[in-house]
Amino acid sequence: MTIMFWLLAALSVAGGLAAVLLRNLVHCALAVSVTFVGIALLFLQLDAQFAGFAQILVYVGAVAILVVFAILLTRSSESHKDGGVFSRTWAAGLVIAAAVFAVMGWAVLQSMHGLARNVSAPAVTVQEIGVALMGRYVLPLEIVALLLTAATIGAVIVAMHEKESAK
Amino acid sequence: MLDKADQIFILLRDWIVSFLPAGWQAPIGVVLSVIAIICVFPALFAIAVLLERKGLGRMQNRIGPNRVGPFGLLQPVADGIKSLTKEDVVPANADHVVHFLAPVMLVVVVFMGYAVLPMGRGMTLVHMDAALLFYFAMGASTELTVFMAGWSSRNKYSLLGAMRGVAQMISYEVPLLLSSVAVVMITGSMSLDRIVEAQNQYSYGLPHWYIFTPWGFAGAVMFAIAATAETNRSPFDLPEGESELVAGYFTEYSGFKFAEFFLGEYVGMLSISGLGATLFLGGWSAPLAALNWVPSWIWFFGKVMLSICVFIWLRGTLPRLRQDQLMNFAWKFVLPMSLLNLVVVAIWRFMGEGLLRWAVCSAILLAAYVIGGRIGMRREQFGPRSYRYAE
Repeated sequence: MTIMFWLLAALSVAGGLAAVLLRNLVHCALAVSVTFVGIALLFLQLDAQFAGFAQILVYVGAVAILVVFAILLTRSSESHKDGGVFSRTWAAGLVIAAAVFAVMGWAVLQSMHGLARNVSAPAVTVQEIGVALMGRYVLPLEIVALLLTAATIGAVIVAMHEKESAK
Repeated sequence: MLDKADQIFILLRDWIVSFLPAGWQAPIGVVLSVIAIICVFPALFAIAVLLERKGLGRMQNRIGPNRVGPFGLLQPVADGIKSLTKEDVVPANADHVVHFLAPVMLVVVVFMGYAVLPMGRGMTLVHMDAALLFYFAMGASTELTVFMAGWSSRNKYSLLGAMRGVAQMISYEVPLLLSSVAVVMITGSMSLDRIVEAQNQYSYGLPHWYIFTPWGFAGAVMFAIAATAETNRSPFDLPEGESELVAGYFTEYSGFKFAEFFLGEYVGMLSISGLGATLFLGGWSAPLAALNWVPSWIWFFGKVMLSICVFIWLRGTLPRLRQDQLMNFAWKFVLPMSLLNLVVVAIWRFMGEGLLRWAVCSAILLAAYVIGGRIGMRREQFGPRSYRYAE
């Protein structure tokens, strides 16, 4: 377990670092998708099939593509020779990143105390997730669905408007 | 005897594995299955390419390849040797790493999909609870490789082809998923094994395949449309439309890398045909109860090759769509129809047995098809063709 975990962790962290440090924006986007795959594999290693595959389907299949499209459509993807990849306010960024990391690490460590010592990992099938989503968590699911539908319709309306004005 | 024929591949694997020490048997068994998949599907790819060239030739009133071997049967071998020995040209400006990774990743991802396809009774490599989700996750990853290929080539045609390809694949992925969700709703499981088992029943000697229900038929048609678009096949082959874009996203690929794209496309086609057969055509189950003695894998591969023939037939028959027609078709017709199909599936599920649900479900789908089609057609203005950028 540990060897796999460290390999996957190294893959995810390397992808994340590459996404920040590379000069070419498209390379950064591809590196981010490596990180997404690494995180999905970590989910799979924890026997969370649904979360793992959903991660790949949504993040690699859609979010990475969206990022790449956004880069291509908004600005030149060619690397800029002047200046490095580090921003001038890197110190503030470092502090914020460290603070976020500290909060998340603290939350994770706290959650460990809440659990009893020798709790075996629950084996959750996809069917159980479906039943839970349709039963206990049906209200949040409906709210999210409504929000996404509204967003989709909004996107279509924005796109349609642009097309009509172009004519 | 017949059981042995049905299970021949599993027995063969177990026999080979039985020579090994106990600790090695399970992993080597898996490796053997993987090797079998990696050998069988490229072989089918060769057959499919030959079938396509011959079939298209016949449809276009010519003979097709007939020089290499008897009736040109060895043409795929010649093609393979040719692509292996050709020079691999990489454009000077290309992004070398990404340019190299794109075809490799495509082939890897496409082969991953086979891990969950049940190719015969008990012939699934990985029995996964979320098999369908796994398949679509792998399918979604091919989009990124298309983009990588087009972008890294530093070629306008490649980039345009990649943009078209990605836009098309994202648009048609939605109906592809939604038409499969209908099957999941009825079966109550995302496991492809369970989906096949649910269809492997017979009443009056006829199978319970999902295509023989109103919602299943509609779903299968939409699945076929979306699968054709997803694999960039004609009439949805705009990303590689040779009259406009040379070869689309793989314009700048030559030699074996080009062959890898070719392989990826056909193996992807075979794989999505296998998924379609599993979801709607009963997978490895026989079409008649009386034919159950025929080995199950023959039915699976027969159904796959039959869908390949339909793909070839469509390519020989239909003209290529225009980009806006393609998008309009996906978002304004196929998507609403697949959403409606989900409602129909729910009605079918809760109306109980009987002829009434057949009448109600068919009526809803037919009415939506006719009315939706009429409204869609009314908006189109038919007239002499006008050009915006050319005279």
